[in-house]
Amino acid sequence: MGVLFWQILIDGFAISSLYALGATGFALIFGVSGVLNLSHGALMVAAVVAAWAAGNDLHVGPYAGAAIGVAIGFGATLLTYFLIVRPLQQTRKIREEEKEIFILTATLLWGIMLQELIAYFYTNNAKTVAPIVQGVVSIVGVRTPANEIFTSVVCWIVIGVLWLLVNRTRAGKAVLAASMNPRGVTLMGIELSQVYIAVWAIYGVLVGIAGVLLGMFLGVSSYSVGPLTASAFSIVVLGGLGSVSGALIAAYVVGYLETVTAYLISPAYRTIPPLLLLVAVMYVRPRGLLGRR
Amino acid sequence: MTKPFRRAAFSAFGASAAAFALALVTPASAQSNDPIKIGVIAEAQAVAGASIPQAAQLAADEINAAGGVNGRKIEIISYDNHSSAAESVRAFQRAANEDHVNAVIASYISEVVLALEPWTGRLKTVMVTPGAASDVITQNIAKDYNNLKYTFHGYATSTSIADATCDAAKDLLVKDLHMKSAVVMSEDAAWTTPLDVEYLNCLPKIGIKVIDHIRVSPDTTDFTPIYNKIEGEKPDVMITGISHVGVQPTVQWKQQEVPIAMFGVSSQATNSSFWQDTNGAVEGVLYQSFAGPGVAVTPKTLPFVAAFNKRFGNNPSYAGYTSYDEVYYIADAIKRAGSTDPDKLVEALEQTDYVGTIGRVQFKGKDSPNPHALKIGPDTITGLMLQWQNGKQVNLWPEKVANGKLKFPSFIKLGAAN
Repeated sequence: MGVLFWQILIDGFAISSLYALGATGFALIFGVSGVLNLSHGALMVAAVVAAWAAGNDLHVGPYAGAAIGVAIGFGATLLTYFLIVRPLQQTRKIREEEKEIFILTATLLWGIMLQELIAYFYTNNAKTVAPIVQGVVSIVGVRTPANEIFTSVVCWIVIGVLWLLVNRTRAGKAVLAASMNPRGVTLMGIELSQVYIAVWAIYGVLVGIAGVLLGMFLGVSSYSVGPLTASAFSIVVLGGLGSVSGALIAAYVVGYLETVTAYLISPAYRTIPPLLLLVAVMYVRPRGLLGRR
Repeated sequence: MTKPFRRAAFSAFGASAAAFALALVTPASAQSNDPIKIGVIAEAQAVAGASIPQAAQLAADEINAAGGVNGRKIEIISYDNHSSAAESVRAFQRAANEDHVNAVIASYISEVVLALEPWTGRLKTVMVTPGAASDVITQNIAKDYNNLKYTFHGYATSTSIADATCDAAKDLLVKDLHMKSAVVMSEDAAWTTPLDVEYLNCLPKIGIKVIDHIRVSPDTTDFTPIYNKIEGEKPDVMITGISHVGVQPTVQWKQQEVPIAMFGVSSQATNSSFWQDTNGAVEGVLYQSFAGPGVAVTPKTLPFVAAFNKRFGNNPSYAGYTSYDEVYYIADAIKRAGSTDPDKLVEALEQTDYVGTIGRVQFKGKDSPNPHALKIGPDTITGLMLQWQNGKQVNLWPEKVANGKLKFPSFIKLGAAN
């Protein structure tokens, strides 16, 4: 019983940290620009496949491979913004109140296109990224892959840097302000489109890092696109749409709920309890744990 | 109806009427120079499936270069089924009704082949699968022979695969390493249902007690809880039945340094790219197969692998070997039947006795519980047991075609052996 408890605690922490990192960017762009990016999972998978391909086709080391993966994740995210989201945000052909649904549909289709492209060129078999740290360490009797600890640490460093960026820098404060009151920000003389680009750039880095870490930890295939988007989406809805701290808490709730289910009931049912919880939250508290609206 | 349209419609009708009339007077000899068409329905986006159309094309080109079948060329028409049963059925209908193929080679996924099986009878089109394994495919033929006799199982049934695995385990695990217990871990899919039944039956017979039987969902991403449970049960070995999953359980097994050897069916490990796909985590994994690189199962095996590698830049997947053989023995059957008539083709295929790349191909008869299943045994097809060692697939069993010795990574603890 003792070992099992620690096992769940350690594994749950690693997976939750990864969820937190993945969902933070997703929550951020929704909070600031009202965009629900349904190509989220595809962007993460693109980062993994790029890191994998760099290692195998270009024969680069694990560090360079990871860097290339993050760079491709970043590039693909900015491409999504400039090619798909921004033209829809700026067009006059679609009424303002309908834009959200257009962007939702467009990013969904874009995600499917990316998924098919990845499957076409790199097959739909799962890919993993060569881990930067190897081996296992024993934590309170639990044989833990060093890579799992590395994943958690990197996730929290990145989240910490993000927190400093948003709360301690001028550009970050503009982003925070834009998420609270876009009109107010424009009145202060800040170009909203610049804020959007900054947020998408931050999101791109987060997607790249989260993707590569996921690739090292569990691995993904082109089939993971849908489930990854769905898990980010449900974490963000659970936490409260647009609330980054809500998303962080929700990531741990979902991560631990899944891990406990996997260990104590069956790994086959791990995604069910979080979905039930989501439904329950929708009934009792539709704005999510820390949602403002 | 506008005038130009009416004119177009009339001329189109005229043209088709003329073509029809022409078809009536065309002598039968003209038709015999038409190519023999073989449809290939496969999972072009999956590593195991991608080899199927490639190997079929290679075989067709070789046959054509040697003069074809009674002067007729073989034409391969490929359809990507995106690993979907529904798309496969549509492709099969198109192949039979529009492209008028003479036979179909279809899929490595049992669910797909089971969905196509009734259509072979409805459209009277011969189908051979190069990679699906479920015993139900041939059990269905036994129940409804007259309708389903057009289906042939060109790969071993799950039961035969489990038996082949037990045969290898008897020599490698029981005799050499004195192992006594196992946990069976397989993915939840149609092909593993009969596989697991036979594992649970044949393992105790060779002296391995099955402590637990775990079926994992094919969409499992985190195998930690499963390995944790298995490790707690302290078996000597894990007997696997995985095909749709492969990279993730293998990589996590290595990353977590699960101290128990993996032995059994791991279809993705048959691919030469699996070392890269797992960044080398597959080191030490043992997998059952009917062919492998560098193993001269028959005189045809190595020349095929070399030709395939030269043309496509990688080694064929397990379904590549069978797909290649299938084109040859379908061509051979058409030659013997002297016709592409589906009923005559079925009769000729039933008489198949062809040495291919994985052994001697013969089908079980109409009265067997598994009609049209491959005969597996010492005189026909025996199978191999290979292990990944230093980036290479090394064959360990049977001894007469072995090219290496069993070797495990340092994190594997051989419990009962010590």
